[in-house]
Amino acid sequence: MTRSMLVMLALAAGMFAVAPWMIDAAPYEATMGLVYKIYFFHMPSAWMFLTAAIVAGVASFRLLFLKRPRADHWVTAAAELAVLFGAFTLVSGPLWARKAWGVWWVWDARLTSSLMLFMIFVAYTLLKKYGGPGSDKLGAGLALFGMANVPFIYVSVNYWRTFHPPTSVVPTLPVEMGIPLWYCVTAFTLLFIILLRMRARLEYQRERVEALYLAEDEA
Amino acid sequence: MRCRMLLLMSLLIGSASAVRADQPQPPADFVPVENAPPGEQIPAMPLLGAAYGFIWVGVFGYVWSLSKRLQKVEAEIAELESRKR
Repeated sequence: MTRSMLVMLALAAGMFAVAPWMIDAAPYEATMGLVYKIYFFHMPSAWMFLTAAIVAGVASFRLLFLKRPRADHWVTAAAELAVLFGAFTLVSGPLWARKAWGVWWVWDARLTSSLMLFMIFVAYTLLKKYGGPGSDKLGAGLALFGMANVPFIYVSVNYWRTFHPPTSVVPTLPVEMGIPLWYCVTAFTLLFIILLRMRARLEYQRERVEALYLAEDEA
Repeated sequence: MRCRMLLLMSLLIGSASAVRADQPQPPADFVPVENAPPGEQIPAMPLLGAAYGFIWVGVFGYVWSLSKRLQKVEAEIAELESRKR
């Protein structure tokens, strides 16, 4: 791990350590009460889930159409993060819904399309692990399809009937709820950047190991 | 024989109506209340704890696994480079 990665990781850890106090200081919500506080980790997780899908899609475009083979490292890194943050979103959401809606899950457009996106990136990671030669390009196609899902997921709450809060909730939040939310968004963004860099570095180092073994065999 | 049969039938019918009388009767109508009874309310704290706990464990687990994988690969590179020299 590089020095800058360690500094960023320490900063993210510090922000996450302070987050419970920030969230505790936020007021209760009138209809949902205490359980709405899941929102402070659920929403940043969901944003990082969608960001990871966009990063994977852009890197896939570079790999497939601009012929940049090293872009595959970024697709792999972003896809793994999409699975991680997708799991956070899809677990914390139903825990919130159980109290707020009275059910764990509803098959509305937002929840169903989010589950689909998660499954696309689970499929990508399985394909990269067990797919063998050529799986990088096939996986990149899958990741592009995943990225195409992102705008649909984002606007789905505004166009289809759902229990899920619409996108207009974030800009209209009162200051005392907005401060802990944006603090958590910053902490999650920092965590996302450092994890993306670390995971991409792992792929670069694996490539170096392969090159060193090849050079050893040739010598 | 016929008397016995009649007696048996009357006993069966009598016991069936006794069982029916013991069963709780379904409510004739639904009664609205302002708040759910305390036993029916879903507590928020375990749900909140589970959500935050899952994310914290997930983040720690992933950072730990990633740093282990990186350390392993970097140790392999160091060994291969020292063999090369």
